[in-house]
Amino acid sequence: MRKLLESHVAILLGLVVIGSVIFNVWSPWKFTPIASNWEFIDFTVMVTWWICGVAFVILGLFMAWAIWRYKFHESNESHYEPEHPVLESWLTTITTIGVVIMLAPGLIVWDDYVQVPSDAMVVEAYAEQWTWKFRFPGEDGILGGTAVKNKITRGLEETTFEPNVTSLNPFGMKEGDPHGEDDILIANNILHLPVDRNIKVEMRSKDVLHNFWVPEIRAKMDIVPGMITYFWFKPIRTGEFEILCAELCGRGHHIMRGELFIDTQEDFEAWLDSQVTWAEMKAGQKPESPIVARGRQVADQNGCFACHSLDGSQVVGPTWQKMWGREVELADGSTVVADEAYIIESIVEPNVKLVNGFSGVMLPYELPEEDMTALLEFLKETGPNSQ
Amino acid sequence: MATAEIPYQETMPLHHPKTWIGKYVFSQDHKVIAVQYGITAIAVGLVALFLSELMRIQIAWPGAMEWFTEETYYQAITMHGMIMVIYLLTAFLLGAFGNFTVPLMCGARDMVFPFVNMLSYWVYLVSVIILLFGYLPGLGGPTGAGWTLYPPQTITEGTPGSGWGIMTMLASLAVFIVAFTMGGLNYITTILQARTRGMSLMRLPLTVWGIFVATFLGLLAFPALFVSAVMMILDLQIHTSFFMPAIVSLGETLPYDGGQPLLFQHLFWFFGHPEVYIVALPAFGVVSDLISVHARKNIFGYRLMVWALVFIGVLSFIVWAHHMFVAGMHPYFGFFFATTTLIIAVPTAIKVYNWILTLWKANIKLTVPMLYALSFVLTFIMGGITGLFLGNVIIDVPLSDTYFVVAHFHMVMGVSPILAIFGGIYHWYPKLTGRMLNDTMGRIHFWITFIGTYVIYFPMHYLGFIGVPRRYYENFDSSFYPQSAQDLNLLISGVALFVGAAQLLYIYNLVHSYFYGKPAGHNPWGANSLEWCTPDTPPGHGNWGDRLPTVHRWAYDYSVPGSEKDFIVQTEPQTTPQASTA
Repeated sequence: MRKLLESHVAILLGLVVIGSVIFNVWSPWKFTPIASNWEFIDFTVMVTWWICGVAFVILGLFMAWAIWRYKFHESNESHYEPEHPVLESWLTTITTIGVVIMLAPGLIVWDDYVQVPSDAMVVEAYAEQWTWKFRFPGEDGILGGTAVKNKITRGLEETTFEPNVTSLNPFGMKEGDPHGEDDILIANNILHLPVDRNIKVEMRSKDVLHNFWVPEIRAKMDIVPGMITYFWFKPIRTGEFEILCAELCGRGHHIMRGELFIDTQEDFEAWLDSQVTWAEMKAGQKPESPIVARGRQVADQNGCFACHSLDGSQVVGPTWQKMWGREVELADGSTVVADEAYIIESIVEPNVKLVNGFSGVMLPYELPEEDMTALLEFLKETGPNSQ
Repeated sequence: MATAEIPYQETMPLHHPKTWIGKYVFSQDHKVIAVQYGITAIAVGLVALFLSELMRIQIAWPGAMEWFTEETYYQAITMHGMIMVIYLLTAFLLGAFGNFTVPLMCGARDMVFPFVNMLSYWVYLVSVIILLFGYLPGLGGPTGAGWTLYPPQTITEGTPGSGWGIMTMLASLAVFIVAFTMGGLNYITTILQARTRGMSLMRLPLTVWGIFVATFLGLLAFPALFVSAVMMILDLQIHTSFFMPAIVSLGETLPYDGGQPLLFQHLFWFFGHPEVYIVALPAFGVVSDLISVHARKNIFGYRLMVWALVFIGVLSFIVWAHHMFVAGMHPYFGFFFATTTLIIAVPTAIKVYNWILTLWKANIKLTVPMLYALSFVLTFIMGGITGLFLGNVIIDVPLSDTYFVVAHFHMVMGVSPILAIFGGIYHWYPKLTGRMLNDTMGRIHFWITFIGTYVIYFPMHYLGFIGVPRRYYENFDSSFYPQSAQDLNLLISGVALFVGAAQLLYIYNLVHSYFYGKPAGHNPWGANSLEWCTPDTPPGHGNWGDRLPTVHRWAYDYSVPGSEKDFIVQTEPQTTPQASTA
């Protein structure tokens, strides 16, 4: 055993190197097929790949050969040569050249990546734990201003803040900004974009760091609360893609998914026309009784709408639309009627009876009795199954 | 200093301990402190290893462990990362290897400040205990924000452990930094002030050089982490807004306004990137010495190796933002940081060339420490070249936050330094204990660990190319995520469980050989550096008896032409004119 283990390390290292090359050639796992203009990124990767791959093979095999060739023997003696300035300068020079060949195209593409073409269409991606919302600038071509909170000044000294991002204003649109009125708001995780057109994605976060990433597009960028980040790309084929969050953003990070459809221009316009503007959304909001309004406020303040929609779209949690009294299938296959008792249980101990198809990421909530009553009234109002 | 008549520590009074506690618990002997550091680091490292096995089980068989929820998963990745980087690798390479080798290799009796050195260990132990307090039941568990601890998510409710967990983490880090500073000042002062007669800087073994430069980096970099920890504690406890802009967290409008999350990232990586080299440089040094000793040949290009260490150390302070290429910082930073990052590849490549050229025309003994050193070189080449992908700003765009990154940093600063640690322990264990480690156990462990870790991490790069994101509790059916990728995950997890279990063999070897190992003698490997010239093995308190050794040559006189033996220890006077260049 010992002999076997001892004599084969040179062969082992050689096999590791050759095995890596074979794995690379035969591996079914390649770069996901590209769907954007960033082929030059893939090209830069290939340049680096070849230079590094060749270096790895040469160094690895040379090492394996040296270990085999110069294995210890009593009668042998090492060659005593502390330095070899000529060889050392040659190796330094060759390495430097290799580095320049890899770096130069990288910097050129980066220059493209950070300079957005002037004709790019702007779309906003608005991230929150753990869903996506999207906004188009509408007819005026300008995205309206937004704010997290409104400053209320009473008299000279007293200044307070009240929340501006609520279920009635999910995008935090700034009151009174005329550019915002025609903004098209999409709150259901689904984004359509036209093919063959430069797109600038401007990104905003409501809460924590996120990252907008579609593997087939190649581009990605973090989303940082308090600032607007961006990247641009041009889709080159139609299809359906997934939008991932690529920055750890809390316990629901892995379920933060959106859908991206790359459409033809006509399909895209038809879809866009069917979406509501901020003005239309405001006009559609009916007055609510005090207890229902209070219930909505409770839901807002506890962040319920981050996961539960009111419009029927299924995001992180089940939608609240038409929920009250509905029969739902649970994860274990049984069914239950979503009545008051079940809903209360799902708030207090949310992960005991999970609705089929959803992850158990919800935290238990302890609500004061009045808040719970108001919330239930709100739920009754927004989701009567009889409609 | 090197030519001074009486070395600094020649007449140093040693306070010989009179009690068992003074000798083995609150000891001021650098060798005992090294062992204390080593055992603590290995113990806490086993916790981190266990956490990684849980993560691999979850990735391969999602939901198999019902209690292993999203929260425990994200807490596990955070604790695994932080423990491995700080509490195992940094603590072991500097706390254990640094303490053991620096005084012995410099020819000193002990560290310059033995009492502070002792404090350093005990404060480190306190930091470990505070860290593990995160797992106290009923308090929400440790933080699950990832080891990078990015705000705002570290302190908002959507992240597990956003109260107690993050507080214990930040407090533990702050305490660790105190411990590191006390140890680090000792290493630097000892190397500068307490070298014995004849030991010029350019005669120091590369292990000492690696530790020396790494400690400098640590003393300059850790303060950035310290201030960011303090600022985050203030954000958390009294709602200052250093890192916190106005946000709505899970429906609640928080009282913060005007802070900048990117500020934390800059501070964190200003520490975090040098941290990579704090781990790598001592490993470089150890491996250089192992290769030279066991190849029976001088290290190739010693002076260039030293200057490469220094150059890497300096450059490591101006590359940090390559961790932030897609973080939303000003895009023009990309040009600068990509350039500096790729420049650092040049001195690093020189080190690799010189290790390999040391093997050329050598007389290589394939001892167990040598096997670890050789596998370090190959693993490090793989980890290093993938760094050229990620450092080149535009390539980082598709690959960042994928499994490519996970594979890269595990190769380059996970497996590589661990292999150097395994080799270093194997190499110095005979001097520490007077006994040899068991050879067969060592070889079996080496084969499993080297091949196993390669099989784990090499294919992982390809998951990154597919686009599999890291830090996902679960991968759902995705168009870009084929079934074969999940099959690959099964393979990786299976091997990871096996390799993890095999580490117990190494620990068993350490314990077993302490009692039953073959007696080692003073210099079992035929090595030149000073630690092999002590009058006693294991060396006594004070290391050198009455008189400190006198150094006449560099540490790499192996197979000198005309010499009878194939090694000449550093204390041997010069006889042949061609014997040394130093």
